Amino acid sequence: MSLKEPIRSAIPYRRGNVKPLLNEIIHALDRLLNDDEPTVIDLASLPFAPGELEELEDALGKGELNAELDALGKSLIRETAYPGVWWLEHRNTEGEIVGRYIEITRSPEILMSQDADIGAGRAKLRDSFEDSGPEFNKEAGK
Amino acid sequence: MKTIPTLGEILQAQGVSRRGFMKYCAATASLLALPPAMVPRIANALEQARRPSVIWLSFQECTGCTESLTRSSSPTLEGLIFDSISLDYHHTLQAASGDAAEAARHAAMQENMGQYLVLVDGSIPMGNPGFSTIAGISNYDMLMETIEGAAAVVAIGSCAAFGGIPGANPNPTGAVSVQDLVKDKPVVNVPGCPPIPMVITAVLAQFLTFGQLPDLDIHGRPMAFFGQTIHDRCYRRPFYEQGKFADTFDDEGARKGWCLFKLGCKGPITYNACATVKWNAGTSFPIESGHPCLGCSEPGFWDKGGFYAPLSTGKFDSGEKLAGAAVAGVALGAAAAVAGRRRQAKYTKEA
Repeated sequence: MSLKEPIRSAIPYRRGNVKPLLNEIIHALDRLLNDDEPTVIDLASLPFAPGELEELEDALGKGELNAELDALGKSLIRETAYPGVWWLEHRNTEGEIVGRYIEITRSPEILMSQDADIGAGRAKLRDSFEDSGPEFNKEAGK
Repeated sequence: MKTIPTLGEILQAQGVSRRGFMKYCAATASLLALPPAMVPRIANALEQARRPSVIWLSFQECTGCTESLTRSSSPTLEGLIFDSISLDYHHTLQAASGDAAEAARHAAMQENMGQYLVLVDGSIPMGNPGFSTIAGISNYDMLMETIEGAAAVVAIGSCAAFGGIPGANPNPTGAVSVQDLVKDKPVVNVPGCPPIPMVITAVLAQFLTFGQLPDLDIHGRPMAFFGQTIHDRCYRRPFYEQGKFADTFDDEGARKGWCLFKLGCKGPITYNACATVKWNAGTSFPIESGHPCLGCSEPGFWDKGGFYAPLSTGKFDSGEKLAGAAVAGVALGAAAAVAGRRRQAKYTKEA
């Protein structure tokens, strides 16, 4: 059996940890709407009983947007059925989960193109443009 | 002294994007039990960090601690070794052997004088130097020589931290812990048999990120991971409060996942992060698998009576005393939580 996927509990243990967390998310949504203040909840810091993480995931559901990031391993960035509530799962290059978060924000920061990458991309584009020489310029109609 | 590139420079050279770096920093924040809001500060610090040299010494041990570390998933060991630290000496993982290996240790010490970290797993025999030697050097001599220019020493596993099984009664080799011998350097204990791999990497990540060692408890253990008992964070604790216990490993209580206290669980007196960090890439921990906590991160756990004897009938005398201990545990847990918040506030304030 691979440990890369969470082992689902045969007997779900409900300990009532999900409801308070959903309540916390409601308060976080209030802060986002009223004060423009985002919140990040690190799910690794919470002592979930077997089956509760799945219960939470099911309770939040799936929304309109589902993105996959490929940087130092795959990441799942999914808007839940509740706009502004995002489910993030980061994996390492071996496919193991290294972080699981709920972000209450308009858009998770990691979805944005980062200035450092934009700068590096611009330089790369410019280099490819210059390296291609007259042939490229001819094709480009210059 | 040789010029060491920063982590930012290394990652840039490897073509790692800023997004990838942010992800790495988020995992590191999670690892250090710091709030996600700290990620930008961690990113800035790590970008400027230079790889510290690490010398890993293995004495009277079973290699279980290294096995644990090589199963560390956050960040990956490869990432840790190649991006964050320079592991210059480690018996099990290094390619060099014999004189070449010892030369590598001496070179790392000279090139990084005053700045390198020494990680130790295994206890040190004091009864007879011949009980455990490496390249003809006694464990004691190698330890004392190697720590001379170290910034700090990290004792990995219960053997290095507290003597462990070699030090258990009747302690035939006269085994002692690192802190018994090292008095003039900071010593961090990361006990466990084995320790949680993420805790090992977290101590290194903390040193790398903030240039300082973590806050420690009275046994020299990082508060972020050893500030609360297993019992404090156990998902089965509600059953303890309700008086619902498994009496055997195959009764109704065991099948329903009730509290394992009567089966000898040492969770109420054991400080560790198994209940939240968990094992095998966050899959589960012993209690979740139906087995009581053995208390392996506590000093002298091998000599504290039977693993399957309830605390109330073992060295803790009576149920009344245990009830007191449980109350104290709750109070300590609350105090630890306050300390944890203070610690987080400290870092947030510094950000």
